[in-house]
This record gives sequence, C-alpha cells and structure tokens, in this order.
Amino acid sequence: MTEPLLTMSGVVKQFPGVRALDGIDLDVVAGEVHCLLGQNGAGKSTLIKVLAGVHRPDEGRITWRGEDVTIPDPTAAMALGIATIYQELDLVDGLSVAENIFLGHEPRTAGFVAQRRMRRDARALLERLGHGEIDPATELGTLSSAKQQLVSMARALSRDARLLIMDEPSAVLASDEVENLFRIIRELTAAGVAVVYISHRLEEIRTVGDRVTVLKDGRTVAEGIAVADAATPRLVALMTGRDVEYDFPPRVAPQVERRPLLEVSGLTRRGEFEDVSFTVHAGEIVGIAGLVGAGRSEILETIYGARRPDAGRVVLEGGELRPGDVARAVDGGMGLAPEERKSQALLLQQSVTGNVSLPVLQRFARLGVIDRARELDAVRERITALDVRPPDPRRSARTLSGGNQQKVVLARWLLAGSRVLLLDEPTRGVDVGARAELYRLVRALAAEGRGVVIVSSEVPEVLGLSDRVLVLRDGRVIHVGPAADIDEAGVLDLVMEGSVE
Amino acid sequence: MSGTEAHAAETEAAGGDLRLWQRVDTGDLWRGGGLVIVLILLVIAGAITRPEAFLTGNNLFNILSLGAVIGVVTVGMTFIIIGGEIDLSVGALVALASVWATTVATQEFGFWGMVFSALAVGTVFGLLNGVLIAYGRLVSFIVTLAMLVSARGLAEQISNRQPQVARPPEFRSIANGSVLGIPILVLVLIAVAVIGWIVLNRTTFGRRTFAIGGNAEAARLAGVRVQRHVMTLFGLSGLCCGIAAIMLTARTTTGSSTHGQLYELDAIAAVIIGGTVLTGGRGSLVGSMLGVMVFTTITNLFILNGLSTPFQNIAKGVIIVVAVLIQRRASLRGG
Repeated sequence: MTEPLLTMSGVVKQFPGVRALDGIDLDVVAGEVHCLLGQNGAGKSTLIKVLAGVHRPDEGRITWRGEDVTIPDPTAAMALGIATIYQELDLVDGLSVAENIFLGHEPRTAGFVAQRRMRRDARALLERLGHGEIDPATELGTLSSAKQQLVSMARALSRDARLLIMDEPSAVLASDEVENLFRIIRELTAAGVAVVYISHRLEEIRTVGDRVTVLKDGRTVAEGIAVADAATPRLVALMTGRDVEYDFPPRVAPQVERRPLLEVSGLTRRGEFEDVSFTVHAGEIVGIAGLVGAGRSEILETIYGARRPDAGRVVLEGGELRPGDVARAVDGGMGLAPEERKSQALLLQQSVTGNVSLPVLQRFARLGVIDRARELDAVRERITALDVRPPDPRRSARTLSGGNQQKVVLARWLLAGSRVLLLDEPTRGVDVGARAELYRLVRALAAEGRGVVIVSSEVPEVLGLSDRVLVLRDGRVIHVGPAADIDEAGVLDLVMEGSVE
Repeated sequence: MSGTEAHAAETEAAGGDLRLWQRVDTGDLWRGGGLVIVLILLVIAGAITRPEAFLTGNNLFNILSLGAVIGVVTVGMTFIIIGGEIDLSVGALVALASVWATTVATQEFGFWGMVFSALAVGTVFGLLNGVLIAYGRLVSFIVTLAMLVSARGLAEQISNRQPQVARPPEFRSIANGSVLGIPILVLVLIAVAVIGWIVLNRTTFGRRTFAIGGNAEAARLAGVRVQRHVMTLFGLSGLCCGIAAIMLTARTTTGSSTHGQLYELDAIAAVIIGGTVLTGGRGSLVGSMLGVMVFTTITNLFILNGLSTPFQNIAKGVIIVVAVLIQRRASLRGG
C-alpha cells in the first residue's frame, strides 16, 4: 500500500456536554474512494468539519502527506488541498457558475477579474467533469441541484484538491445522475485524487467504494476494511448491532371497516403533475413511487393545501377541502410530514413540546392562555408512546437525531388526531436502526384505522410498506396496483421506460 | 448535553414549568444580563456625578415617564420583530393618530371620543400595513417605509402642519396625575408591558408569533393561519402606536404631525439591545423594556449633567454596539 495521504489518530472533539468525536482513526491513500459509514450522530458530520477546518479537535493527531498539521480554518483546509462538498451546497445563487467556481481566487489581470479567462477555465473544469453543456455564464440559482453539485465539484478541482470529501452527494440526485457522479469519482481517483464518500446507501458504497471506515458513537469501530470484505450484514452489524438493511414488519389486515378517507380526483398542477386520482381507505397505506422530479412531493403538498391546484378536487372523509388552505386540511384531520424536516416541519429553536402542540394549541388554552402543565403532559404521553429518545418534552428539537425528529413530527399529528397522514420521504436522514422502528410505527398507525400516503425515493421502502402503489412518470400516474404484485425492477422499468402495460 | 440544553431551555418559548406565574422567566433575565450591567453602570455614573438629583424617587419616575411613550411603541415592536417582520411606520402612526384625535371635528366627541379615535386610527393603519404584507406578499420593510412617509404626509395634510391643542382637561390629568404616587403615564406603560408579556409568553397568540418568526413555512404546514396572524401583529403594533399617541398628546397637550420623530429607530434599537434577534423567532419583552430604560436613563443623565444632545446620541450608538457585543459573547458561551 502507498504512503497515506491523510491519517487521523485518536481525534477527539468535545462540545458543551457531548463528546462528538471520541477517538477517530482514519487513513486515506491517494486515488482511493474511502467510504465513511455510521448512523446519525455517529460523528460523521463533525469529522468532516474537523477536516474542513470548521471545528478544531481537542485531542489527537492529523497527518497530511507525512507531516503533522493543524487545520485552524477553512482557508487552511483549502490551502492543503482538502475540499468539502456539503449536503447543503455552499454556493451563491445570484452569481454565475464561473464566479462560483472561482469565488475567492478569481483569475485577475491588473486587479480586475479576468472574465474571459475565468469563463474559459470554468468551461474546461466542467468539461473535465463531463458536463461541458453547463454554460459558465449561467446564474447558479437557475440550475438543478444535480448541476449545482457539479459546480461545487468544479470549484474543488479549481483549487487543486487532493482530497475531496462528499457528504451524501447522491441524496439530491436521480439514479441516472448518480451514475454520472460515480463516473466522475472514478475519473478523479484515476488521476490520483482521494475521495472520502459518505452515504447511507450501502449499495452505493459497494458500487463506488474501495475501503470503508465505520463510525459508531464518535469512535472508529472498523478502520479501512476493503469493500470486497464488507458484506452488508457485517456493516450493518458494525453500525447498529442489527443485521438487516430493510426490515419491514409483516402485513396484518386492519381491524377497521374499509371506508374511503381521502379521495383525490383529477388533481392537476400544470408543469408539475396531471390528472392524479386515487383513494385511500381507512387502514390502508398507499405508496407513490417515481424519480426525483416526477412530481411526488408536489402532489402531497397540493392535497394538503400547501399548493393550489389548477384542477381537481380533494375530498376528506366526505367533505371537499378548500384548495390552497392548509389550516382547513389540518382541522379536517390531515397531517403532513414534509420532505425537508428541518426547514418545513420543525421549529428548531423551540422545545419538543412547542413543536408537537403547535397545530392544536387552542385545545390547551382558556381565553387564549395556555395551560402549560396540561400541554406538557399531553405531549409527554405522545412522545413516550412513539418512543422518542430521550422522552423529554422540554428538550430542544435541534438536539434530536433525524429519526427522533421525524417521530416528533408524527407525534404532532397523533396529538392532533389526524386520520390521514401524508409522509414525504419519512426516512430521509434517518439511520438504519431507527428506520425499522419507523416502518413498524407507520404500519401500526394504519392498522389503527388511519389512511397513510407515503412518498419515498427508495423503491424498496415504498413497496415494502404500502398496500397499494402509484407509479409516477413525468407527473402522470402510469401504474396503480397492489404493492405485492410488483417488484423493484418492475417499478424502475416503468419509471425509466413507461412502456410496460 | 447540559450546556446546549440549558441554553435551549432558556430560549424555548414553550418554556418549562407549569402554571401562569410560577416560573420567573429566567431566560429573559439571562438574555438581558448585558443590559442589566449597562444599567447598573449608568446608575453608578449618575450617583457619582449628580448624587443629590439622580438617586431620588422622583427622578426614577422622571426616567420612567420619559420612557413611557416609546416604551409602549416598543412593546408592539417586540411582537413584530419576534414574528420575523419589521415596522418602520410606528413614529408616523403616532403622529397621525395624535393629529386625527385632536382635529376640531374629533374633539367634539370629547375625551373618550378622542381616545377611541387615536386607538382606531393606529389599529386601522397598522392593519393596512398587515394586509399589504400578509396578503399582498410584500416585504414589511418596504410597506412600512412607504407607510412612514405617507402617514406623516397625511398627518401634515390634516393638521396643515400646525400643532393642534387638545382641549379636554383629562389630557392634562393624564400627563400630571398619579395614582398611589405613580405617574399615570408610567402606569399605562406598566399595564401595556404586563399584558404584552402575558400575551407573548403565555397565550396561543404569543406561541404562534414565536413559531412564525422561527420558521414561517413550518408554522404554515402545521396548520397555523400565518397570513392572518401577521396581519394581526401589525394591527397590534398600530394599536400600541395609538396608545402612545394619546400619551404623547397628553404630555405635550397637542397633536402634531411632528410627533414621534425617529421613534421607529429608538424602538428597534431597544428591542435589539434587549436580546431579540432581528431574524425573528427568539426574543424577550423584558429585554426590550430594559433597553428602553437604558436609553432613557442615558438621556436623563445627560440632562442632569447639562451635557449636549449630540454627545447623548454618540453615547447611545456606542451602547447599542456594546450591549449587542456582550449578548453575542453570552449566547456563544451558552451554546
């Protein structure tokens, strides 16, 4: 094996009250794809930030190309040749592609930005990434997230990065875009660049990775094992102590009368989706599958009243909902767990209680004054029932893990007594162990007589959870049927080709 | 997690413990910590420079009376800023309400007619701001800037740029009267602040204000009627301006289109040094009131020492920066 490019040993990072990193060992060699695996809260994000110069470690050694280094700030990281591509891209929407790529180190002549040279260099970088069609003069904000990610990579290349850290790069990509990403990663590593790749998706790690380091509770539990030797059960066991990737509870027939709860007919929003009709019965889980951009989230948000439809109607338990009125939908018994939990669902500055009770505050109030003891008790009861950990209603929502934050959102709708739940990417950013728990929870909620609509970009999840699936392609429903009658390959075939049936 | 937890426990609106009065709002005090220090320093400065005049009960009421009008406006501003908005029109609305209440036609309805008129004008024009912002989807900075200009213009038009004397004797009683030794103007401020505190920290309205300021999209998707709420917030700020207009009319015995000049800046400054963040979602009414007290104490000190207004303004500017710096350090330490 060659000389390591980067070595970390015994790295510790302490935050007030929590040891985020508690002994991290990692070595990365040039030209490899080194995957980092671990549940939420295992310390991956903190580790990245230490390497990017955002956090300074309290203990431990970092060696870069054989020499001990400290990385006091992001500029120092870039000077060493470490570039980070965060999940939330740190680009400027209002600047052009070229300006973003060269932000902070613009090519200059006599003090002025050399526009033409900058664009030419930007184009060369984008071509190297296989995307010469992106015009360097385009305003960044007009590009899709996949293309913005490419711009972010071009920026890293413009800095002569020797180590590229990618935090869940595939989370915002459709499957064909993921393949392009993998192609780029292979080209970069062939040119000697090392990549640290973080993903929740084990199959991606098997496809693109060379070695895997597994983190758990801020510690390295397996260092640099070859991907070939890393069978899924072994990895999952290392991360969690469990040995299954998807663990769906068995289907049980609901103990409730099969009556329609939610009827959607002819729902249309031009440019997003057209003529969507389906019915959800009590005790039923309906899944919506399709590629990113097929209109899945838009449909849920329109049903919920967060977007106004151009045509069509939504009937909730016999009563037609007023289009574009979320408050009515909520009062009528609908609840949405939106795709972007942090920006669309949670009040991160507030306690769990403030988050859970928000839709039904008036229930705890007399003359507008909230009876906080009663509110606290009601919330405590719900979060205990859903096993939110820790079950402390006063804890700040910000400090919870992804899975527990999702449970807080569910607790909100249970407290509100919602009978129809719309779940948009319910397990995004949720670790493997907590997923299985959420699956059981969703099943249990349906079995109690609620109707559930679930959208997920993970096809096995949609198929494993739902009773019935709708398959979407370009905003149209191209298949409806029992989930048991179709498999993952069948769904992918439909969304890619749209020709079957 | 004790550090972050303690911080969270203090900043959360959903607060902790039980019943209405049981829990002293330690969060408010904590965040106002920097201000308490500044206030103590000012008191020491006053005690040293003018011991015979500064440390008297009378002077305390002087300070409070001086801050009463701007204090009431600041209560409304605190709601607005916690809700994630801004209201630049408060000074102009105070002027407009005072002028409207003191026109010859309004004065025929007597004292209570004039009071009602001031409150109604403040509320209606505040709601107009709110409708344009919430339902017209315009930025509050722009809408209230436009209102600032046009409301003062309207006040000038109505009054023909002449101060209008308020005839009913009740105004003089408000300005000079006291109950149990406490000036009426101060009592009004205390009443508005206490009601404001309860509404902000103990009611559904207050909780939703924090929610909308913290994350408007999440609040909307949780079923909160965000547009209606934002409109109401501006109505509330307008109502505070109406109350302030009555107080100011009483103190000056006139309604005038020049009333309330730069109140918007004083109120925003008091809210900000009081620990409310401009981006919304976090804040404290106690802090805002401490902010008002700091500013009026400075004014009082300068008057007592016979120093000039320019120096006063320089001192205010420095104090804004220093207080915010102290808070920033405190909040960084806290988590």
